[in-house]
Amino acid sequence: MSTSTRTRTGKSQEAVGHGRSRPHYGTHIFLIVMSIMWLIPLVWALFTALRPKTDTDAYGYFSLGGAFNFDNYVTAWTQGGFPQYFMNSLIITIPTIILVLWMSSMMAFAVSRVSWKFNISMLILFTAGNLLPPQVLATPLFEMFKLTPLPYWFSDSGSLLTTYISVIIANTAFQIGFCTFVLSNYMKALSADLTEAALVDGAGLWRQYASIIMPLCKPAVAALATLELIFIYNDYFWPLLFIQSGDRLPVTTAINNLQGTFLSNYNLLAAGAMITVIPTLIIYLVLQKQFVAGLTLGSSKG
Amino acid sequence: MSTPTEVSEPTTPAGRAARSAAQPPIKARRVRRLSKRDKVILGFMIGLPTLIQLLFVWIPTLLSVFLSFTRWNGLALSDIRAAGLANFSYVFNDSPAFWPAVQHNILWLVFLAVIATPLGLLLAVLLDQQIKGSKIYQSIFFVPVMLSLALVGIIWQLFYQKDNGLLNFLLGTAGTPEAVDWFGDPSVNIWAALVAATWRHAGYVMILYLAGLKGVDASLKEAASLDGANARQTFFRIVFPAMAPINIVIVVITIIESLRAFDVVWVINKGTNGLELISALVITYLIGEGQSIGIGSAFAVILLVISLVPITIYLSRTFRKEKF
Repeated sequence: MSTSTRTRTGKSQEAVGHGRSRPHYGTHIFLIVMSIMWLIPLVWALFTALRPKTDTDAYGYFSLGGAFNFDNYVTAWTQGGFPQYFMNSLIITIPTIILVLWMSSMMAFAVSRVSWKFNISMLILFTAGNLLPPQVLATPLFEMFKLTPLPYWFSDSGSLLTTYISVIIANTAFQIGFCTFVLSNYMKALSADLTEAALVDGAGLWRQYASIIMPLCKPAVAALATLELIFIYNDYFWPLLFIQSGDRLPVTTAINNLQGTFLSNYNLLAAGAMITVIPTLIIYLVLQKQFVAGLTLGSSKG
Repeated sequence: MSTPTEVSEPTTPAGRAARSAAQPPIKARRVRRLSKRDKVILGFMIGLPTLIQLLFVWIPTLLSVFLSFTRWNGLALSDIRAAGLANFSYVFNDSPAFWPAVQHNILWLVFLAVIATPLGLLLAVLLDQQIKGSKIYQSIFFVPVMLSLALVGIIWQLFYQKDNGLLNFLLGTAGTPEAVDWFGDPSVNIWAALVAATWRHAGYVMILYLAGLKGVDASLKEAASLDGANARQTFFRIVFPAMAPINIVIVVITIIESLRAFDVVWVINKGTNGLELISALVITYLIGEGQSIGIGSAFAVILLVISLVPITIYLSRTFRKEKF
């Protein structure tokens, strides 16, 4: 039982019995062709980004002539306003993840570890909310935020529009459902004896939640945190809707404006696009396992 | 307390699936009597998330329905006028973009269902075998899943450009009058966008099916091959049906993704000129000139009604066996 974490790969090796010694030439050829097709758009962007505009103008985009350097990245970084955009992404992403995990873990605990009248109905309501297309509720949410009066010292629009808070709220509300669903499944699978024993000791609900259940949910929470990190960093829609001033946009939404800023300088545009991939790439390399675990957790309801 | 056994077990979907099949989920036993303090805490734990969920998801959804029966310019609340079914009548009869958008949404669904999803399944099946470099292939196909759809749009824009894009060069049409503006030409751009969407969707499906395939009991496959079934028979008769729970999830994801499709077309041209989608029309009417909140909301309600079909199927399948 305890081997399941250590040897995921080992397990899959023994699990797959058939085709153990066939060479799979056809499969490899197919996979290699597909891999090349998969990588071409990325490699092309990377290749374009590494070449100075003057060289591509002189030799053409489909050539190997001229220099290869990181000048476009440097120019895109400074001209594109990336430091500010990355900061904005950070300001939006971190509070959202904390709020989502806090809210959804409480809700998941309440529906899976405590028996009350409407716990399943509530779980259904939360799960369904996450499955809606965001455009279904975009218009009223936009109007609600627009009509929320705020003092000008707090928000220069006089409302919730163009604030980080608007995006944090929308993302939080939208992601709670998914995380509640995943965490409640996870908590349900934990033995009932755990909290029974705590009950005998006189531990209240909060102690059960904070000191018993949550520590046991660490793997699920880590997987969800990674997944949400990518989801919210990659969110394009809510900032597009709520944040009209450019200097508060997060990276993912701001890159679309680069098309205007860099006009027809595709080398700079490619460099800008590649810069926005870097954080995802780092997360991918460091937390790939958590990310994949998070993706599959949501779909593995037995 | 946090012994690796208890913590690790449910992480692997395989383990979870096997476990929940073997024994019914442990019921949270009715807590004998909650103390007053615990009742307050329970109220907080349920109340706060529920408040957020209702206030920012469900009430706006209901308001969309309400606004679809009104005429409003989005300025002051006192300007809202009842409009009956006028918005829907406009959408169905007069809106030039509605029927193209419906066609594109259907096309999106069919393309993902017929091309992208089976491709993801095929990749998963091939990579689930014990072949050399399986992890490397998986990583390659997985990269686009990490990227935002907005970025996917930009990366493919560089690839599809008319004069300097790689595709026209590979086709030998770059710089000639036959060069195709893949994202600009309304007769082809929906297909170009679908290829870009497939690039991401297939990798996602692959990951989910790889987890699903690991969850299929190996002895089932062995029994089938002992009975003389070939690889294809084993897959279609044994393995694929055994993955029924994952199949449902994939079907739902595919339908919902095709209804949610927005980012890619918005990055390309804000969902116009051959790339109309219902979701994009909602936003066009919200932030476009001469805001017509009522008409935008009518589009949102149509989107909502369609989405409720896969959502209901999914929820009833998922929660059917739930009893407390």
